Amino acid sequence: MNRRNMTLPAVLLLLAVLIAGCASVAKLGTQIGQGSGAITEEQATSINRSAEALEKTFADITPEQEYYIGRAVAATILKTYPAADEPATNAYLNELGQALAMASDRPQTFGGYHFLLLDSDEVNAFAAPGGLVLVTRGLVRCCESEDALAAVLAHEIAHVQAKHGLSAIKKSRLTSALAILSVEAARNLGDEDLKQLTADFEGSIMDVTQTLVNSGYARGLEKEADEAALAILGRVGYDPRALVTMLVKMGELVKPGGSGFGKTHPSPQDRIGALDPSLANKPVVVDPAARRARFTRAVGDV
Amino acid sequence: MRTMRRSLLLVAALVIGVAAWAAVQQMSVQVRTGQLRATPSYLGKVAAAVAYGDRLTVVGKQGAWYSVKDARGRTGWIHESALTTKRVVLKSGDADVAAGAGGDEIALAGKGFNEQVENEFKARETGADYAWVDRMEAMVVTPEQAVAFLAAGEVAPQGGAR
Repeated sequence: MNRRNMTLPAVLLLLAVLIAGCASVAKLGTQIGQGSGAITEEQATSINRSAEALEKTFADITPEQEYYIGRAVAATILKTYPAADEPATNAYLNELGQALAMASDRPQTFGGYHFLLLDSDEVNAFAAPGGLVLVTRGLVRCCESEDALAAVLAHEIAHVQAKHGLSAIKKSRLTSALAILSVEAARNLGDEDLKQLTADFEGSIMDVTQTLVNSGYARGLEKEADEAALAILGRVGYDPRALVTMLVKMGELVKPGGSGFGKTHPSPQDRIGALDPSLANKPVVVDPAARRARFTRAVGDV
Repeated sequence: MRTMRRSLLLVAALVIGVAAWAAVQQMSVQVRTGQLRATPSYLGKVAAAVAYGDRLTVVGKQGAWYSVKDARGRTGWIHESALTTKRVVLKSGDADVAAGAGGDEIALAGKGFNEQVENEFKARETGADYAWVDRMEAMVVTPEQAVAFLAAGEVAPQGGAR
């Protein structure tokens, strides 16, 4: 083969590769690259992971859009579960919650994490996408220490971290919304597009709220959230076993099949059973006087 | 034939190079305010703030933390949750959009579920309590305050990089 005949196939291959989608380029690239030892397996995994994310519609919800979904979900839940206007308690919840969120696998969301007490005796909590966490008086009463309350908030942060709320949105709505978004458009949408997008938005809010308030997540997701909560508690320095203490107390206060967690979560006994048994062997973390005092001050008579 | 294989390898190397460069070297801030920290840890001192859409040059990576440099030459560590490999375009009509960059490479800020859609939603769902959502968002605890909170409660964080 002479030199000129050589160049043509090479150029054609380059063109073909460039025309193919970015994701497949990365994948092909990483396969060849790994084979030839040009990049490490770790690098290949990292490139492939980001490439695969592009192929799923779910990943196309940007943090900014997640933020608007979360605001609407929280605003909708607050219709049924009113906020408790108690500045000292809410300030305490936000300090504790922020300290935990910082140590999570997802410390940064578009609008950040914010926490609010709900004026309800029902044992319940809701993590709206993007980090708006709502906790009822009833659930706070299941906590006998700051460590236990930390376990409750860490569990909710874990749901935000893993985007469990967003996963409740029906595929058809995402497909419809993303079809509108795939067209390059002005920031101000035309009437028709705006109408359709608002309908998709309303539907998405309904999907998430319905799951949070009525149907609950699948058991596997609750287990995942409990495990992630244990990790967060450990990193921050709270006693991971406080999750168990809290669940035991919850078991006394929640009626199975009743309202709130009784309806949407596996029973506290089941949740304890699903946790790693080695948890019991962890060293005891003390509850210093200063921590106990501020906990009592902030939520003692909630 | 050997020369051909070599040229194929060359092309492959070029493709990997381009893909790797695009995926790793430049990233965009995908949250409203990103924190640049002095060390790769959530306990690291916040050295500077970066804004939504800012392009950062990646210098290194340790666990979930990227060592970056912004357009103004400021450096620091930022958590991966604040970054995207996509280019975040703040204004439509931007040269990148006009040039036909696909939806996989760019994210149009303010597009999709945005303030405009939220306003439509508010008009329909009159009972939705956005007033409290706004009050919630106004409850801000800085990283420094959170660290001080832990110290005051004698909570001993397990620091270091993750």
